[in-house]
Amino acid sequence: MTVTDTALGPEQLVVAERPRRSRNLHVGIILAWLMIAFLLLAVAFPGLIARDAPLAVDPSRTLLAPSLSHLFGTDQNGRDVFSRVVYGARESLSIGIAATVVGLAIAIVLGFAAGLGGRWADMGISRFLEVLFAFPSLLLALLFVAMFGAGAGSLIIAVGIGSAPGYARMIRGQVIAVRNAPYIEAARVLGHGPLRIMARSIFPNAMRPLLVLGTLGIGQSIVWASSLSFLGLGAAPPAPEWGAMLAAGRDFISSAWWLEFFPGAVIVATTLALTAIGRHLQRRMEGRLA
Amino acid sequence: MTSAAADSQVPDEGLARAAEPASELAVGLPPGRSGRRRLRRVLSDVIGGVIVLWGAATLTFVAVHLMPGSPAVAYAGGVGSHPSKSVLNAIIQEYGLNKPIIVQYLVYMGKLLHGNLGYSVSQQMPVSQVIALNVGPTAELTLGSLVLSWVLAVVWTVLTVRRGRIISAIGSGIEVLTASLPQYWLGIILLEVLAFHLGLFPATGGSGLQGLVLPSLTLALPIAGFLGQITREEFESALEQPFVTSARARGMSDWGVRLRHALRHAILPGVTLSGWALGALISGAVIVESLFSRNGLGNTLLTGVTQQDMPLTIGVVLIVAVVYVVATILVDMVYQLVDPRLRSAGQ
Amino acid sequence: MTGQREQDTYLLSATDLRVSFGSGAAAREVVSGISFGVRAGECLAIVGQSGSGKSVTARALLGLAGDGSQVSGQLEFAGLDLTSMSERQWRAIRGVRIGFILQDALVSLDAVRPVGREIAEPLRLHKYGNPATRRARVIELLRQVGVPEPEMRARQLPGELSGGLRQRALIATAIALDPQLLIADEPTTALDVTIQAQIIGLLRESKRRGRALIVISHDLAVVSTLADRVAVMRDGEIVEQGRTADILGNPQHPYTQSLLDAIPSAHSRGTRLSEPATLRGRLPASFAAKQRESDRDAPPLLTANGLVKRYKGPDGKVRTVVDKVSFELWPGETLGVVGESGSGKTTTGRIVLAVTRPDEGEVLLNGQPWTNLTEGQRRSRRRHIGVVYQDPLSSFDPRWTVRRILTDALPAEQASARARAERIRELLHQVGLSEDMLERRPLLLSGGQRQRVAIARALAPAPEIIVCDEPVSALDVSIQAQVLDLFADLQDELGLSYIFISHDLGVIHHMSDRVLVMTAGRVVEQGDADQIFSHPAAPYTQRLLEALPRVALDGELADREPAYDRSA
Repeated sequence: MTVTDTALGPEQLVVAERPRRSRNLHVGIILAWLMIAFLLLAVAFPGLIARDAPLAVDPSRTLLAPSLSHLFGTDQNGRDVFSRVVYGARESLSIGIAATVVGLAIAIVLGFAAGLGGRWADMGISRFLEVLFAFPSLLLALLFVAMFGAGAGSLIIAVGIGSAPGYARMIRGQVIAVRNAPYIEAARVLGHGPLRIMARSIFPNAMRPLLVLGTLGIGQSIVWASSLSFLGLGAAPPAPEWGAMLAAGRDFISSAWWLEFFPGAVIVATTLALTAIGRHLQRRMEGRLA
Repeated sequence: MTSAAADSQVPDEGLARAAEPASELAVGLPPGRSGRRRLRRVLSDVIGGVIVLWGAATLTFVAVHLMPGSPAVAYAGGVGSHPSKSVLNAIIQEYGLNKPIIVQYLVYMGKLLHGNLGYSVSQQMPVSQVIALNVGPTAELTLGSLVLSWVLAVVWTVLTVRRGRIISAIGSGIEVLTASLPQYWLGIILLEVLAFHLGLFPATGGSGLQGLVLPSLTLALPIAGFLGQITREEFESALEQPFVTSARARGMSDWGVRLRHALRHAILPGVTLSGWALGALISGAVIVESLFSRNGLGNTLLTGVTQQDMPLTIGVVLIVAVVYVVATILVDMVYQLVDPRLRSAGQ
Repeated sequence: MTGQREQDTYLLSATDLRVSFGSGAAAREVVSGISFGVRAGECLAIVGQSGSGKSVTARALLGLAGDGSQVSGQLEFAGLDLTSMSERQWRAIRGVRIGFILQDALVSLDAVRPVGREIAEPLRLHKYGNPATRRARVIELLRQVGVPEPEMRARQLPGELSGGLRQRALIATAIALDPQLLIADEPTTALDVTIQAQIIGLLRESKRRGRALIVISHDLAVVSTLADRVAVMRDGEIVEQGRTADILGNPQHPYTQSLLDAIPSAHSRGTRLSEPATLRGRLPASFAAKQRESDRDAPPLLTANGLVKRYKGPDGKVRTVVDKVSFELWPGETLGVVGESGSGKTTTGRIVLAVTRPDEGEVLLNGQPWTNLTEGQRRSRRRHIGVVYQDPLSSFDPRWTVRRILTDALPAEQASARARAERIRELLHQVGLSEDMLERRPLLLSGGQRQRVAIARALAPAPEIIVCDEPVSALDVSIQAQVLDLFADLQDELGLSYIFISHDLGVIHHMSDRVLVMTAGRVVEQGDADQIFSHPAAPYTQRLLEALPRVALDGELADREPAYDRSA
């Protein structure tokens, strides 16, 4: 266990690593930010992008295939799917963000209590999390919906609860890693008290991955919320919410594919964009703060 | 910068370490004491599993009592089923709902221990019978998908990891993409292309292997993407390890190193996640079974949830928990087979 | 350099070897036109610090310089032109005619495969015999490299073997097919000195059997006991090469001289190892003349009485890591704590710092209780003892700049912002850092700079004692020299006492007034440094010193056989 300056042959590792930060990664990040910018625009000023009102029924143009005048086609009531997707951004993103906030809030309480509350608290909370892990996320959400019924509010809490155990475990791990980090010991050796160490070092460092976790989590939450909607357990159909649009389009799977394809594609694009940004943030954080 | 990077990679024996490593003192231990250790580990896994199941059952009990409305109505199949007074009275008697909460809890747990999951109003038969009827198709679907996702992930990773910038970028790009595909959307696309347009596979139901292809693929692809990402990361770091260089220096080919050395290291973290993957598969099964109109636990659960049939919902959820716990124990045993380091002492 | 006639006898020769990574504008040359050669039965050592390109050179000789590397120049091995080899031809040479040994077998052997299978691998790859004869050959090889009970060891995983046995097993994989040339990249670096001596013995034996040997190392002492010729590398170039005795005894190039000067040892006691740091602008005059007189008449600053610490191992067995350790530390002195890994020296340091609670015994600070206090009582007195860790980076909050790190370490009474800024400037000056470092994060500093920041932090509360745990082990020898000089200067200036923990006997001898030798948790010997190093009383200390490779300056290296016990 004596030490060396070339433990893992860093010379060649460093050299081989450097030119590899690929350019296509940057292209991906730019595309991701463009997608997010588009979504934010749709949230703030949907009227600027959409050509029709989201609920404008027109019996003369039902179930038209995608064309230049209707990019994403029209639905069974003659509503422009593209316009509905644009108007749906507000509610869908709100649901995703709200669910992530709910999940993270639960997780922060549990994770910090387990990481800092001593041995018994940790054991109890860890066991509790293990029990929750025995229910796959979607099932946990379904159980909640079964208890309190379907609807947008229920959807948010259900998805939040479903994702909380995973976040909680990560936050607990992070709190413990920070608590045991050499720099915490170094602060103790300097004679700092536990409250000061908690406030200045443990708390801010343990919260550090939250930005990444949240970014990745919003994408996940949107997917789960839309899955529940797809199963008929989400927002009520006439609203231009993405999941609800998917649920309504199910009856036309074999005849009008665009009713399912485009709302789904927007969800996938949103998730990918958020994932790419989250990963990018994560990598930058690791690179800077390692 | 080079020296900075070098410093950070140094294996430290600093004060930061709580205890000094024992391995250097012990000049190697004789092998062969592994059997008992393994048994003990399995035993502790089983005890842990039982505790988790007890917790899960308790949680469902709490859930029923937290629900708006009386537990009796919930057991009777929800408000929608309009239970009559006599039915409710019978249920109050059966579950001891007029007794103190602790007695209710003991009655509830006692029923579960005897395998009595209650009666499903929406299916008009005991919950255990509903589950028995539906467990087969779901097991077929999820296990098939698990195998499929592993095969896809491993083959894809071995073929594309560290193959120059372009191929590697495509390889990991596809993994990220598939991992973020919602199952319902992927299923719809597969249906549209392979069933409606090309007519290769039946769109709904369908018995036998042919009917299983589309649902399993739908279920397996996102999970393969996820496993693939993890396997790739491990594979890459394994290929950078000195033991790979020393294997190459012995005259081993690139393929030899990948298959004989790196692969084993690369699948280890994926194996530990297989328990999680099974959970994800069961979540996915709810969607896939609904989309492809297949019989199974997922569709049953969905019925339970939409009809507010609490005994059915809880029954399925608990069965899934049992499956999950058993799977976790099995995964741990598999892990020990793949990673012999756990069998040995000291480390 | 070398003449044409001489070159003919080389088993392997490199002429104008260049290795670069990347292409176009991003290309970076790591090895810039070096030439060398090695004959059968001879050992060539390539020495240099990290980043010198020595490891890449070694890998280039096997065609394994890495992804995206371009190798040019001439490379001849036994009449073959290595530069024009196809991958298939390379494979027929690797392991068969050229063997390769990496440092630290724990990561250089596949951790999930039994040692025997790893050794059998080159045999299988190159179609040696059948499975039964291969098994027999594996056992024979393990015996040859001095592994006891080879049948049992062959079935074990690398992690189940001790460091020395593991390294021997790795050597067995390289010599399995008895290659004409062995290339060893830092073969002894991560090992304790006694094991190091055994591995050097093995390599010498292979040389004696007429095999050529190329050793890559940063350690001039190891090189001097093994190599016939030495090539000194810096920034991808060979600055000097020649016979070992000439290079080490009479170095011509200033870089080689500075490397040799930087090695701490008995010779270097009381002298500077590096050029005086320009920032400090101080002359080493006072230093050379300095007679380290610690004040023994005063009461000891710190007293450790019968410290015991036990840990429960993963197998449930209780191990005593620190066993009845007692010592004193007087004002202004350096107490060196030396021992191999697992000796309990680090745990002893942690007990002194009161971050690990002893199971028995106690530490007194200024005659007052220290380890027996509650953390609350102790907190106000913590400013008396500081610490410098081996890995400074992990001891800094990753979000903080240097300024924040130092501000955080200042005692509370330094209230005004002005006083704080003044004190931080003073600290920076003391450790030889410039003020433009203040806004940087430690990740962007070099290893030496980081350690200086760590020292400044330790100094901030104006302690009397600093516990230094392997503070220079992660540093290149020239940086190490500067940091050791800094420690000495600070002691001079501030009258500090150090508890200096290190595995490196040279560093300990250079730094310490008194020395504590530890093994297996016990103190086997303590006393005056010169006394212990010249007349060790304990058999363990004697063995340790005997095993220690030294830079031999007298030219009679080839005959000095390090003592080693094969059955150990």
